[in-house]
Amino acid sequence: MNATNLQAFARQAATILVTLIGLLALTFCIGRLMPVDPVRAIVGEEADKATYEMVYERLGMDKPVYQQFLRYVGDIATGDFGTSVRTGKPVIEDIGRVLPATIELATIAILCGAGLGIPLGILAAVRRNRPTDHIIRFLTLLGHSMPIFWTGMIGLIIFYAALGWVGGGGRLSDYNVGLIDEPTGFLLIDALLAGDWEVFWDGVNHLILPASILGYSSMAYITRMTRSFMLDQLNQEYIVTARVKGLSTARTIWRHAFANIRVQLVTIVALAYGGLLEGAVLIETVFSWPGFGQYMTNNMLVGDMNAVMTCVLIVGVIFIALNLLSDLLYKIFDPRTR
Amino acid sequence: MSSQTPLIDARNLRVCYRSGKGYADAVRGVSFQLGKERLGIVGESGSGKSTIGRALLKLLPSARITADKLSFGGTDLLAASERQMLGIRGKRMSMILQDPKFSLNPVQRVGDQIAEAYLVHSKASRAQAKARTLEMLEAVQIRDPERVYKLYPHEISGGMGQRVMIAMMLIPEPEVIIADEPTSALDVTVRMQVLGILDTLVTSKGIGLIMISHDLNLVRNFCDRVLIMYAGQVVEERAARDLMNATHPYTRGLLAAQPHIGGSRQHLPILKRDPEWKTEGAGAVS
Amino acid sequence: MMAGTMASSPVTAPVSARGYGTGALGRLGASLARLMRDPSTGFAVIVVAILLLTALFAPLIATHDPILVDLPNALKPPSGANWFGTDELGRDIFSRIVYGSRITLFIIVLVSIIVGPLGLIVGATSGYFGGWVDTVMMRITDIFLSFPSLILCLAFVAALGAGLENAIVAIALTSWPPIARLARAETLTFRNADYISASRMQGASTLRIIGKSIIPMCIPSVLVRITLSMASVILTAAGLGFLGLGAQPPLPEWGAMIATGRNYMLDSWWLVTFPGLTILLVSLAFNLLGDGLRDALDPKKH
Repeated sequence: MNATNLQAFARQAATILVTLIGLLALTFCIGRLMPVDPVRAIVGEEADKATYEMVYERLGMDKPVYQQFLRYVGDIATGDFGTSVRTGKPVIEDIGRVLPATIELATIAILCGAGLGIPLGILAAVRRNRPTDHIIRFLTLLGHSMPIFWTGMIGLIIFYAALGWVGGGGRLSDYNVGLIDEPTGFLLIDALLAGDWEVFWDGVNHLILPASILGYSSMAYITRMTRSFMLDQLNQEYIVTARVKGLSTARTIWRHAFANIRVQLVTIVALAYGGLLEGAVLIETVFSWPGFGQYMTNNMLVGDMNAVMTCVLIVGVIFIALNLLSDLLYKIFDPRTR
Repeated sequence: MSSQTPLIDARNLRVCYRSGKGYADAVRGVSFQLGKERLGIVGESGSGKSTIGRALLKLLPSARITADKLSFGGTDLLAASERQMLGIRGKRMSMILQDPKFSLNPVQRVGDQIAEAYLVHSKASRAQAKARTLEMLEAVQIRDPERVYKLYPHEISGGMGQRVMIAMMLIPEPEVIIADEPTSALDVTVRMQVLGILDTLVTSKGIGLIMISHDLNLVRNFCDRVLIMYAGQVVEERAARDLMNATHPYTRGLLAAQPHIGGSRQHLPILKRDPEWKTEGAGAVS
Repeated sequence: MMAGTMASSPVTAPVSARGYGTGALGRLGASLARLMRDPSTGFAVIVVAILLLTALFAPLIATHDPILVDLPNALKPPSGANWFGTDELGRDIFSRIVYGSRITLFIIVLVSIIVGPLGLIVGATSGYFGGWVDTVMMRITDIFLSFPSLILCLAFVAALGAGLENAIVAIALTSWPPIARLARAETLTFRNADYISASRMQGASTLRIIGKSIIPMCIPSVLVRITLSMASVILTAAGLGFLGLGAQPPLPEWGAMIATGRNYMLDSWWLVTFPGLTILLVSLAFNLLGDGLRDALDPKKH
């Protein structure tokens, strides 16, 4: 790593640090704004004035705001994210419990979304302005415009209630809940580890509808970007060179055009993965999926300050991390930047 | 022109594009023949010269190509299916593009790109293709071919890139090669070198060459015969050494506008375009 | 590359030649006509027009009272009397959807009114001044942009309390950063233009320059962006309503209708289907409209 690389790295690290601090400030403000009295939430309605004031002081509420903020940052730095008022456990523990469910859902969803979205995007670019292109663009527009929670419900009505093809709400059918150990929290992996095929397929059955709907919503973005990248490449001269050499259309697209958009696609998929968090919040409510999204929503409805702040912080960190990752991947894989 | 059957025989070639509600002709009734010789096509932007090259390879998906006759060797290009064209492109007829900055795949090593041109049309192994590629790289006077093989297009200079392009297009040993502005994107100092390499290779392998350029001087010095194009038509066809006796006013205007070392110091005459030259069949002269 | 054709006609005839007149209203009419030429944009314009009219004339269009509870009539499927059926409290769904359009329009208009000027001013100022003002502004927008907007909205609404007005504020708070970024980018392109320098030399105050010269130039692309973002505003508002954090019952907000209908949806599919279809249709229309506007204003196409 030479001097300029080091400089660029330092600059980027500084940017991230500033963004993180801003993020912390944001969550801090949100936490302080909440209409629920955090002291009251801990001591309960009946506590007397002395107890109230003791807790008040213990929480540091009597100190000036900036001191409170510094204390907050200090706590975070040491890994203390506070205790959830709702569950009584440390928030970070709660999140560790619910996050795998969401990650499992999001990962399967992105596989569906990218697995279908990228080929469709390529197809739409190759058949530009022909009927295929219009159909694909309409489908992606639809995915972009639909209220995802509603689509989830319609999916349940059709594929669960009417056709019985998939499982209903939750990660497993009632009779399978708690049957196996869950060391990783990822149901499918845990079922495989336990060798329990029935639980595995039940898990798949319950996963497939919410994952495909989430995937469809990400497909809108992925397909559109793939098509756009592909069109850019297909206009380039090196594509003509490939054709002049005698390569068929298919080989030209695969070996040359696609090879040039591979890196950009990885970054797109990483960003889309982050976008899935949004959809997950709504889909988890519809499907009673015990994941991070539902956890966050419940906290917000109840007004659990510690939990809400930490959830928002975690989401921000995940996003920043994904952005970083996609930047990094771009730099590594594009030969022009090496 | 040789008395054998010409390699390329084009009669009344017409290429039109759809634009808006109507059609626009890029090439209007062009006829020519190519033997084992060097044919130059000279014209300004919009004259249709580059379109001819791509039409011969049928690489104009959005255009309509018609002709009374368009044949290459024994093959009727007009009726040829895409499958047949795949067998022609690269293997029997190939094209050198203008700017290696854009005409080479940025994420593929240059050696692999050349090898690909060879592998497409032969059943050779990768190792054999690589060996052939190294030979070709030497043939285009690239020293240290092993090292250059592994480079990416952005790591090589323009002159080297164009030599890579030449290697890539000659490795399958085609019968005809079209050079579309092969030196226009290069530094003037490098042009002669690249042309020299092209010259040697084309002569030694007995390949028919069509050179498309806007540079009249370059073409008349490199080619045997010259076609002058304007507004989609051929306005003059002459042997290169006979060019100073050109009769069409456009050609004369072009010739007059060329600066000569040791020539008059007067202002170069400005080419005045006669709109009549655009009318179809205005009378090409040869 | 095309050969010079004999008499090339201009790509588009001048607007006034089409008989629309060259005044502002005439230009608007001509723009509308140009928009309508593309079928999908035309469809979008029609849907948006229907939305506007429905909201304006809701009492005339609705067949029943949207809030009146009529328990004996609960959960009736679509019929001649109730075109979209009735919900769990016997209210006519069609009428509730019609009145819901007012809420949707209210949300869109209010968000746009907040976000447009705010984003323009912040972005133009930031772009014009540069330096640390710019850096601070951009860091702030970065923080907002580093979040998925729905989650940030949720957090704001949770902080401010559930309700329609708070939802609008929350949505506006998450929607202005992209507009500010866009305005800033536009400002940067002509900040150093000659006519700006000329204004400065004539002694125009900074406020005047920003207000009269810079901001008007940013307006077209900001308008397009706002139109495009309206679709996601609608979806976000519906999402908030669905989660119970937006409009509160008995307001006939489409998202909230789906939330309450969820409990009965497996047997009474019409409770969730029609509000959802409406949301889908309106969101689709705004997306198409935004795309159409962007294409119409894209200089490369002409």
